[in-house]
Amino acid sequence: MLDLNASGAALGALVCVALLAAMRRGSALALVYPASATAAVVLGIVDLHVLLGGDVATAHLPIGLPTIGLHLRLDALSAFFGLVVNGGVLAASLYGMGLDRATEMTPRVEPLFALFVAAMNLVLLADDAYAFLFSWELMSLASWALVIARHIDSECRRAAHLYLVMATIGTVALLFAFGGLAGQAGGYAFSTMRNQVPQPLVAALILLAALVGCGSKGGLIPLHAWLPLAHPAAPSHVSALMSGVMTKVAIYCFVRIAFDLLGPPAWWWALPPIVLGVLTAVLGLLYAVLDGDLKRVLAYSTIENVGVIFVALGLALAFRANGQDGAAAVAMAAALLHCLNHSWFKSLLFLGAGAVLHATGRRDLDGLGGLIHRMPRTAAFFLVGALAIAALPPLNGFVSEWLLFQAVMAAPELPQAALHFASPAIGAMLALAAALAAACFVRVYGTVFLGRPRSAEAAAAHEAPLVQQVALGGLAVLCVLGGLLGSVLAWALGPVLAQTVGSALPGDGSGPTPLSLVAFDPERSIYDAPVIALFVLIASLATMLVVHRLSARRTRRGPAWDCGFPDPSPLTQYTASSFAQPLRRVYGTTAFAARETVDMPPPGDGRPARLAVASVDYAWQAFYALPARLVLRLSERLNALQFLTIRRYLGLMFAALVILLSIAALTT
Amino acid sequence: MTGDLVLQFLAQGAQMTMVLLIAPLAVGVVRLVKARLMRRQGPPLLQVYRDLAKLLRKESVIAESASWLFRSAPYLIFALTWVAAALVPSFASGLMFNWAADVVALVALLGAARALLALAGMDVGTSFGGIGSSREMMIATLAEPAMMLIVLTLAIAAGTTRLAGVADFFIAEPWAVRVTLALSLIALVIVALAENARIPVDNPATHLELTMVHEAMILEYSGRHLALVEAASHLKLVLYLSLLICLFAPFGMAPATAGPTGWLAGLVVWAAKLLLGAALLGVWEVSIAKMRVFRLPDFVGVAFVFGFLAILLAFLSRGAMA
Amino acid sequence: MSGAHDISHLLAGAMLVTSFALLYQERVASVLNAFAVQSITLALAVAWTAWSDNRPDLFITALIALGLKGIVIPLALRRMVERLGIHRQVEKVVGVGPALLVGLALTGLAQALVAKVATGTASHAREALALALAIVLLGFLMMIVRRNAVTQVVGFMSMENGLILAATGARGMPLVVEVSVAFSVLIALFVFAVFVFRIRERFDTVDIEALDRMRGDRR
Repeated sequence: MLDLNASGAALGALVCVALLAAMRRGSALALVYPASATAAVVLGIVDLHVLLGGDVATAHLPIGLPTIGLHLRLDALSAFFGLVVNGGVLAASLYGMGLDRATEMTPRVEPLFALFVAAMNLVLLADDAYAFLFSWELMSLASWALVIARHIDSECRRAAHLYLVMATIGTVALLFAFGGLAGQAGGYAFSTMRNQVPQPLVAALILLAALVGCGSKGGLIPLHAWLPLAHPAAPSHVSALMSGVMTKVAIYCFVRIAFDLLGPPAWWWALPPIVLGVLTAVLGLLYAVLDGDLKRVLAYSTIENVGVIFVALGLALAFRANGQDGAAAVAMAAALLHCLNHSWFKSLLFLGAGAVLHATGRRDLDGLGGLIHRMPRTAAFFLVGALAIAALPPLNGFVSEWLLFQAVMAAPELPQAALHFASPAIGAMLALAAALAAACFVRVYGTVFLGRPRSAEAAAAHEAPLVQQVALGGLAVLCVLGGLLGSVLAWALGPVLAQTVGSALPGDGSGPTPLSLVAFDPERSIYDAPVIALFVLIASLATMLVVHRLSARRTRRGPAWDCGFPDPSPLTQYTASSFAQPLRRVYGTTAFAARETVDMPPPGDGRPARLAVASVDYAWQAFYALPARLVLRLSERLNALQFLTIRRYLGLMFAALVILLSIAALTT
Repeated sequence: MTGDLVLQFLAQGAQMTMVLLIAPLAVGVVRLVKARLMRRQGPPLLQVYRDLAKLLRKESVIAESASWLFRSAPYLIFALTWVAAALVPSFASGLMFNWAADVVALVALLGAARALLALAGMDVGTSFGGIGSSREMMIATLAEPAMMLIVLTLAIAAGTTRLAGVADFFIAEPWAVRVTLALSLIALVIVALAENARIPVDNPATHLELTMVHEAMILEYSGRHLALVEAASHLKLVLYLSLLICLFAPFGMAPATAGPTGWLAGLVVWAAKLLLGAALLGVWEVSIAKMRVFRLPDFVGVAFVFGFLAILLAFLSRGAMA
Repeated sequence: MSGAHDISHLLAGAMLVTSFALLYQERVASVLNAFAVQSITLALAVAWTAWSDNRPDLFITALIALGLKGIVIPLALRRMVERLGIHRQVEKVVGVGPALLVGLALTGLAQALVAKVATGTASHAREALALALAIVLLGFLMMIVRRNAVTQVVGFMSMENGLILAATGARGMPLVVEVSVAFSVLIALFVFAVFVFRIRERFDTVDIEALDRMRGDRR
């Protein structure tokens, strides 16, 4: 009970600070970020205690709807996601404390940051449908307000509008899901839902509705279009929270519904998350590789990671439906660890992007460059984040990727034909996504930080404020530690795995060294990050010593190789779109019907040549533009109902009355 | 017991050193075979050692716009490739630290080395590095799915992704004619050609910047940095040759428990197979022309198709056994 | 016994690979070469089954496959292509990449189908049947996604190769030889009919003298 009391106190304090700041504006504004940081620390400690201690805390308060009240519950699953959420909140709040109060903060909107944080934590604690949906909507609205903070910018307005539409669609889908779970009896508390097992058809519809609701918040294709518009439009630390943390709350919702409330799964439930997840992973990265805006690239990369997590969750469902709980635990551990790892490195990348935006005022990749010389520490931390998100050992991104590949290796054991024939396709697509992620982030890092500055603003950049560097540095350290201590994290997940799939990681603790990560058993495969990192470290040190002993120590600086045509202009170096050109040729021609046209002037004509790239976004055309046109056309038709005469309105009322009376007469 | 442990430790150390020492020899064999087949005299077998020593002695000229990443990348790339190459069982399976990484982690270590090299290519801020880096990352996106399918085939066939375990499995199984393995072999050869920047994917001997992929990324390196990057690419070649041998021709590999004589015998067999593979690579490179960059998806796509077919046929024969 | 089955499995798998190779080619000459390789592999597979299962009548089928479809028909088609000046380039409805991916999906489909339907039969017969079905489907795919008349005929013939492979695998089909000969004659007639039709389409006549006149040869 102490846990829930402490959480409640922290959340209440946060809400009070938010209200104070909203009312008093000027002076209370300074409290918003420190209060969020403190609340995050308190909640994080509580969550860690519950996760490692293992006992569940519940509470029932008589606030809210009279028949339901407010149910709260803090169990291992909520505690784990609470750790994910609050880690990101801490980093974002530290970053926020380094913001320049005069130029970068908007007093009307900043208090909503505290409200946003409180709402996200409340979603994790909610134990009945009403509290869940209330906090979910509060989370959406608070983040919407933060997105539209700079409402003068028309792009922000458009992004916020689309976000609002998609959030509403998601909440309606979740309403249906919870309604289905509540069933005929109408018990909205999660504890009643757990004890009821719905019929197979109803369960299938609930799962699909949950997939739509959680997928729209997380960014599954085809519900993804709002994410790359809304996430970049918000201030950078809010983008970090939306990408790194709010998407994980969506994943928590799906895990809660599919693994906790719905009861035993059927095998084909795994197919929608896996198929959509794989599509999202590959297409998300293709969008990212071809985009030219730094924050939008990061947002598309979030979509890819959410897709990967859904693939892992789908595999866990498949294994669980077939009774292979050990393999389900591996898949689930991969999904959960990826949530944690992604929140760390995505927050790191977004906060770094914020630092770059603040230092140069530019977000376009083709206007930056050479920032490693001007912002060395930010560049170093961003490098850690970029290497981590590309799933390169020995950082943390690779740990969850390795576990996911182990789960995919176990997938051919599944009896259903659709699943075991799909397993090589899943493995190949995940490998493609990993390679595309590496390509994408080499491109981003190479264009933004390496090379020479492509604009005056990039040449005049300055380092980020100290408190922001602390936030970035802390996240980078977490990425490195998460990579080395992956087996410890997997062990700590034990209570969550037991709650969701009924088994801990089969290979837990059976490796040759205490820190080696074993998925199934040591004979099958082991990944020992500390040993490998140690070997690499020793090898590089040994190499450095030997080479420096044997070689000439002289190093001279000279001009770069220019093939005999010296042109000091930094415009001759590769831009982001040039880097993407091979990938556009290979993948873009099928995925986006990308066509390049070159307008070459005839000899003697002095005008510059023009290269135009045309592409079609099929997902947008089919799922957004088309329904939007249909809805608009329908509403224009229905608009005629606004302009009827009084007689016609009376006629409508009369018709409705007659119909109801006939129904009452004819059906007894 | 401690004597045994010391012996195991020495064997692991010996593997790491052997791999490092034999890499320039393997590359020398490839170059000599290519030259002789083109009716040239060709460089002597030990020339690559002399080239590396010469590069170490020369001064390193670094571009004015290069950063600390450019200067430190060669050491990390070399270390990562060396550790990866040392993890592939060569003359004995099951050495002391071979369990630390399985095939998935091995491929990822090479991916890390490649990402660092691509970043170093972008660091100087000229167009040549950009060409190399962008093409290299594109080729990686084509080769990685095929590699994953090969690993999945191994996992289905041998039930493990630990390299020592796979080697032991294929040593124990009788040499049965299986279509699955033949298709995986062809797929792995194509992936190895793509990853090592060999003809037809890339020409390691070209001087034309527009035809370069790997060479363009290392264009700015000189002196000891160039020596390290070149040594890393030699090690990568030995890694892939060793991988092919370990998976598809593992006969003659000593088990972990054999003493120093067994290991020595295994070493001789492994070195012979490696140099034979290098000679075959030389013959291949002379027989075929380099492909246009945008025909590469077709070529590496063949590896993908073969890898996928191998898995489908593995399902078929496994369903047959059931 | 498993060694014999391994070899027949290997040969059937090689035939499947040649079916994929048929989809991959860009030039008509290479398509004909790949078809010849497929027919020779079929001949080897049938001969191996004849030797290991002790069914000497299958040797005749192997000889017919080798002679007719491995040598005569590819050579005849190549001469026809040169004589009539049919396009040397294969016109594609669907590109190489997507065609190969669809081929993979069809192979998986064939396997899933055989696994579901033929649960009672022996394992090696099931394997052979799955591979043969995949070859038939790939031949059909080739007829659909390639525009050239020659390639459509080749697709049809590779379908027939798959059927013969399936027939040899099945026990108790005594008329394999006769069926093969009948099929081959049918194909020869089919090929001739197609070309006569094309000639007529192009020149409005099949009269040899008229064709000579059009070619500019005056006697």
